[in-house]
Amino acid sequence: MATKILLNNIEVPGLANFQVYRELGGYAAVEKALKTFTPDELTDEVKKSGIRGRGGAGFPTGMKWGFIDKQSENPRYLVCNYDESEPGTFKDRHLGQFNPHLLIEGMILGSYALGVKDAYIYIRGELFYVMKIIDKAIQEAYAKGFLGDNILGSGYSLNLYCHPGGGAYICGEETALLESLEGKRGNPRIKPPFPAIVGLYGCPTVVNNVETIAALPWIVNNGSEAYAAIGIGNSKGTKLISACGHINKPGIYEIELGLPVEEFIYSDEYCGGIINGNKLKAVVAGGSSVPILPAELILKTAAGEPRLMSYESLADGGFKTGTMMGSGGFIVMDHTTCIVKNLLTFARFYRHESCGQCSPCREGTSWMEKILMRIEGGQGTMKDIDLLVNIAKHVEGNTICPLGDAAAWPVASAILHFREEFEEHVKLQKCPF
Amino acid sequence: MQENNKVPEFNRETLDLIAQLIKRYPEGRQKSALLPVLHIAQAENKGWLSPGMMDYVASLLQIEPIEVYEVASFYSMYNLKPVGNCVIEVCQTGPCWLKGAENIVAHFESRLGIKPGETTADGQFTLKTVECLAACGTAPVIQVGTEYHENLTTEKVDQLLDQWKAENKMSHKNPYL
Repeated sequence: MATKILLNNIEVPGLANFQVYRELGGYAAVEKALKTFTPDELTDEVKKSGIRGRGGAGFPTGMKWGFIDKQSENPRYLVCNYDESEPGTFKDRHLGQFNPHLLIEGMILGSYALGVKDAYIYIRGELFYVMKIIDKAIQEAYAKGFLGDNILGSGYSLNLYCHPGGGAYICGEETALLESLEGKRGNPRIKPPFPAIVGLYGCPTVVNNVETIAALPWIVNNGSEAYAAIGIGNSKGTKLISACGHINKPGIYEIELGLPVEEFIYSDEYCGGIINGNKLKAVVAGGSSVPILPAELILKTAAGEPRLMSYESLADGGFKTGTMMGSGGFIVMDHTTCIVKNLLTFARFYRHESCGQCSPCREGTSWMEKILMRIEGGQGTMKDIDLLVNIAKHVEGNTICPLGDAAAWPVASAILHFREEFEEHVKLQKCPF
Repeated sequence: MQENNKVPEFNRETLDLIAQLIKRYPEGRQKSALLPVLHIAQAENKGWLSPGMMDYVASLLQIEPIEVYEVASFYSMYNLKPVGNCVIEVCQTGPCWLKGAENIVAHFESRLGIKPGETTADGQFTLKTVECLAACGTAPVIQVGTEYHENLTTEKVDQLLDQWKAENKMSHKNPYL
């Protein structure tokens, strides 16, 4: 069995209650950190652990913390990105619903390291019922002296608040999230300046994903070396993978980075194989934004090496034959799946979620959806396929935020790997599925 | 943008809640409470944000009405037109589609006699299609108010609809209470 850092005890009944969490060793990391680490020492521990941002970008967390502007006289903020909206991703919902105190404990640790006095958990509005669970846990933590003034007599004080979004995928982009937290439309900001310098209310701010923050208590309790000993290469520690689609056991799995993809898909410990004994056709390995790979390339790299669940191995081959770890949203498709129709649902998603600020994304996402509707509906032409590739190329890299790339990559990769299926739609003048 | 002369007004309990929410943000940053307050306002206004209600929210937060309109029109959870008592939101993105979301939408359509975006003649139900609800492992999924209903089948849809009809289901409730 793999080390459980995030899902440890998650099935214990009542874990969302302070008492249960505490009896299982909860908040020991806060006690230890406040007594034995200075904020800078704690930041160093996180740096040495090698943990990378689990929201999708995979940026080293300790390095991100290191960028916070310490010269500024303004207050600093830590904001938890709980805007989980990337299709295929449903890990954070699970963590907060069943183990809210783990997230709170992580927020206290991160806030202490960064010198933060007010921290926010920005959670997508659809997950209001999860927010209420977390809110209740926050009240318990205040009552027990883990939040509020002078935590455990250390002299350190912290307030923690939940804030619901209003339904917008774009607010998962950190600067859009900050705009939204300020009560505005979720339009991403131009970077630089980065939030570490100019963030919430113009103050130095760090935005971290739920899963990243939830790993902090374990790192403090067990040490950065123990964390860095798990995993492979520059992929340290464990990762939550939310697996869905045509598999026997959809769900949330905590894996040690480096697990072979084949084992993840076929082992009974994880996905348990493809439904009805069907044939694996394709996988979107890291949430809808990352390139789709056909069965042969997700199981093995182009060089014939077994593909591993790690940042490096999933990216092996670049856009030609590789993909990305992303958020860990693992979408599995069997041989009955129409790649064009699946892509159409993604294209509709990105058109719906584009904030409209940048023309290439605002117009491009709409064009890509329309052309895909045409092809799927049997009115497409061969030229339409090339037109899609062309539009994707002109959206990619030409927008303020990564939503443009996120909309372009699924289109470009689906045509790269499954072109014959698009052509078949055109030839038959209908969907062959 | 006042559509009638009736100015909405929250009761004391709701106003106290809003005052508490505003305190979560630094002084002078009360606009931060806009999204939370709009959720409350919508629930108190039969599930939608009328121009009058948005103006009232602007006055509560001491911001300009346009600052409320531009936000309310950006986020998908806010309804700018009247809706039925029970709003049914069906996820249609990839992972739900893979597990038969189209059948679920079609079943709701045939049972209710309406298309997505429409409300039944008796004002009981509104059907909406929405994008990813972050519950892909238990697809297909719908949301009704703050409730998720997962692993849906047409049989489950029948059960839910019968139940909601019998109890006159109301999906708009102040989500904080």
